[in-house]
Amino acid sequence: MSEKVLLNSSDIERALVRIAHEILERNKGATDIAFVGIKTRGVPLAQRLARIIQGMEKAEIPVGSLDITLYRDDVSSLGFKHVVQQTYVPFDITNKHVILVDDVFYTGRSIRSAMDALMDLGRPRTIQLAVLIDRGHRELPIRADFVGKNIPTARNESIKVFLSEVDAVDKVTVVKREEVNDDNQNF
Amino acid sequence: MTTKTSKADQIGEDSLNKVTISCWRHRNILDLDDFSQDEISLVFEIADSMIDILSRKVKKVPTLRGKTIATMFYEPSTRTRSSFEIAAKYLSADTVSLDAAKSSVAKGESLIDSLRTLQALKVDVIIIRHPSSGAPYTAAEHLNIPIINAGDGCHAHPSQGLLDLYTMKRNLGSLKGRKVVIIGDILHSRVARSFIWGTRFFEVNLVLCGPPPLIPEGFKDMIGRLELNHVTVEHNLNKAVLNADVIMPLRIQKERQQSGLIPSIREYVQQYQLDQNRLYKAKPGVLIMHPGPVNEGLEITREVAYSSKSLIEQQVTNGVAIRMALLYLVAGGENK
Repeated sequence: MSEKVLLNSSDIERALVRIAHEILERNKGATDIAFVGIKTRGVPLAQRLARIIQGMEKAEIPVGSLDITLYRDDVSSLGFKHVVQQTYVPFDITNKHVILVDDVFYTGRSIRSAMDALMDLGRPRTIQLAVLIDRGHRELPIRADFVGKNIPTARNESIKVFLSEVDAVDKVTVVKREEVNDDNQNF
Repeated sequence: MTTKTSKADQIGEDSLNKVTISCWRHRNILDLDDFSQDEISLVFEIADSMIDILSRKVKKVPTLRGKTIATMFYEPSTRTRSSFEIAAKYLSADTVSLDAAKSSVAKGESLIDSLRTLQALKVDVIIIRHPSSGAPYTAAEHLNIPIINAGDGCHAHPSQGLLDLYTMKRNLGSLKGRKVVIIGDILHSRVARSFIWGTRFFEVNLVLCGPPPLIPEGFKDMIGRLELNHVTVEHNLNKAVLNADVIMPLRIQKERQQSGLIPSIREYVQQYQLDQNRLYKAKPGVLIMHPGPVNEGLEITREVAYSSKSLIEQQVTNGVAIRMALLYLVAGGENK
């Protein structure tokens, strides 16, 4: 099992600053923008993006967190089960430009689940997707609007995002796994 | 940090979580006597998320889409049955409700035959209530699909025990050292029994109160034998409610009078009714619970049942969340 560091703390910071600029450019400012992070590591990323934009635009940007466990397409069909965590979106998303934030963009299935979960909370004007890492291998016709870094991977590689809020350190690594066990991998 | 290669990390679960899904060992939910503390915590943690769903405009998540959940009730019930059915519907499962009085049971079909038929109809979970203690256990032995006990005779009512405990925890936080009093027909109460099992991990001081025939010596012996050291018995209600944090009168079944276990309803009301005067002896912030249905003016006065201290409606709402959590745990796929 060999681990290679792909991004360090300042690489992550630079990627987020660039994404923040792209978000403002695309949406012509920060009006009606809201961030919703997908648990677990999408949440600190969403908070960081909101903080960067608040610094630039002097506007309050609402941030929520989404637990997609109950919306996953593998719960009843494949039989994987996880602890359900709380979704916390303390604002009305209707007519907002909601930017979903996740750490690793892989098959696209968790984004589909997240969009379903979001729709149950209201009717956003648009849903946009920001991810720190796009590792490819899409299984659904979903693409990201804002990408920190594209990293072509093999399926038996595992991308791990560490964020100081959760893991005490900021870095992105790639690990080659001996056995292929896709199901546990960043769904 | 490189050593942190746990599964929780990879699937993006909160690594700060104490309980993990792997502690869940149940195929069936029959009673709380075989629940671990972690399993109870897991149910509560999932129920917290379900409470959020109940407060949304769209009260439905697709989790159990394509699953069918049957309720088979051999005893009358409105709240437990509708609570389970609503819980199933909020999780997008389909529900079938069989009323034993109107089904083939009336033609003489046995319990196991009826349940096997449901299994052959490809139902995914059966929720059963039966007047005979132990009936759900027999069902679980004969079937391959999960069975949830929604009350069997005088034996157990695990989902009620969990929702009572959960309601207490949500209102009080830690239960350590709290005085909780259950009043009434303890001997015949499956609610009390499941509650006794459920509370054993939480360091509460649980007081059972009722007339001696309804908490006989044999019952006390059993509590001692099972080493349920958090439980004590006090036949005098005025003493029992002293400094209580939570008081839960049980519904008194009027049939008990005919069987001679209580002398008369009037005498029971005098000695065991929870009224405002008795409430003054408890802690100022005392909370009132009741598993329902309430006999107003019998085990509890109307003013107490509907006072600001009453959690009775909260219990009903929490019951849906607890049952959603249980259905998710038994029907939401295999444990990995």
